[in-house]
Amino acid sequence: MIPAPFDYKRASSAAEAIALVGEYGEDAKFLAGGHSLLPLMKLRLAQPAMLIDIARITDLSYVRDAGDHIAIGAMTRHHDVEHSPIVKEHLPLLAFAATHVGDPQVRHRGTIGGSIAHSDSASDLPATTLALGATYVAQGPNGTREIAAADFYVGFLESALAPDEMLTEIRVPKMNGATWGFQKFNRRAQDWAIVGVAAWKRGNESGVGLVNMGSVPILATSVASAIASGASIADASQLAAAEAEPQSDLNASAEYRTHLAKVLVRRALESSSN
Amino acid sequence: MKVTITVNGTKHENDVEPRQLLVQYVRETLGLTGTNIGCDTSSCGACSLHVNGESVKSCTMLAVQADGCEVTTIEGLANGDQLHPMQQAFMENHGLQCGYCTPGMVMASISLLKENPNPTEEEVRVGLEGNLCRCTGYHNIVKSVLACANGNK
Repeated sequence: MIPAPFDYKRASSAAEAIALVGEYGEDAKFLAGGHSLLPLMKLRLAQPAMLIDIARITDLSYVRDAGDHIAIGAMTRHHDVEHSPIVKEHLPLLAFAATHVGDPQVRHRGTIGGSIAHSDSASDLPATTLALGATYVAQGPNGTREIAAADFYVGFLESALAPDEMLTEIRVPKMNGATWGFQKFNRRAQDWAIVGVAAWKRGNESGVGLVNMGSVPILATSVASAIASGASIADASQLAAAEAEPQSDLNASAEYRTHLAKVLVRRALESSSN
Repeated sequence: MKVTITVNGTKHENDVEPRQLLVQYVRETLGLTGTNIGCDTSSCGACSLHVNGESVKSCTMLAVQADGCEVTTIEGLANGDQLHPMQQAFMENHGLQCGYCTPGMVMASISLLKENPNPTEEEVRVGLEGNLCRCTGYHNIVKSVLACANGNK
């Protein structure tokens, strides 16, 4: 399978990439690692006329300790997130989730920013960063703005990014010793989750993100509210699907997904990893 | 678009269409057909090769993305008649049946040992999750990788 013809430009800075996308308009797409976009293009589900390659903007590949949060450049590859000592120390849930993205070859190319900007509810990192209360930084022609992860995912494969904006940084609050669990239910290695759960807990505070439980990644706020009011994990987990709108497909019915979410949220919150 | 890609130590300059996949570039432009195309959807790993020393799936990378990079394919491993230790280990441990997945398995395995020189059996199995063997001959593939790792000690 071969993508439809397109033109290709390589940007060496975020400013150059944004200027290029302004020039070519809505027919242009940013290309990072390409592990979401190229498969869509090969299937002709996407046919951009212009690809702007941003993967070599080395300024956007970093992990930094920024005090209360960790700042991760959008072009940081999954492989580098997975192996970063800073991420492992302060965001062990994210480091672990990164090891579940695709397979080693995919993680050598795919980037955290690409995964988040693609906004696939079946991907692991959008729901994980959502659970962790992340903020995303977008750069456009008029400067940068911060978008809370909770406001970012607006529809199926649709984010709050404007067409001429580029995701440049992911800011994730440090976990500060919270316990955490990551549950990914699938039938084969390397598959997308049928249902996935990223969760953390510190006393009565918690955050729970659901993978593949609707058209967007879901923040299970009812679970967190129940935990905050003193409910047991077992009772709170029963509310796992309160915000979700799971779909039925070849892998699972909506009812089965709802059942899985309750079980996996309980397991993730009961996990004593920290 | 003009690209310069070093493949198995030889620098190549070619004019490629932006939509040309890296796997087509090595197979069709350079005639290096040792890299196989399996699923063509980045699932099976048959097209695995190395870009700057790391395994990637060349069906999901454009040739233009490899511009300026060092690519190694299965053809670049042996030194004359002297097989790469991983190839030797696959041969000695019968790490193949039909052979279709083998080039990708060998390339992924070398990349795996580069990152984790002494893996457990579990780590080998997880590390090769991106490569499918349609004969289900995983047992001897894992044995081959462990043998190669032990040989390196």
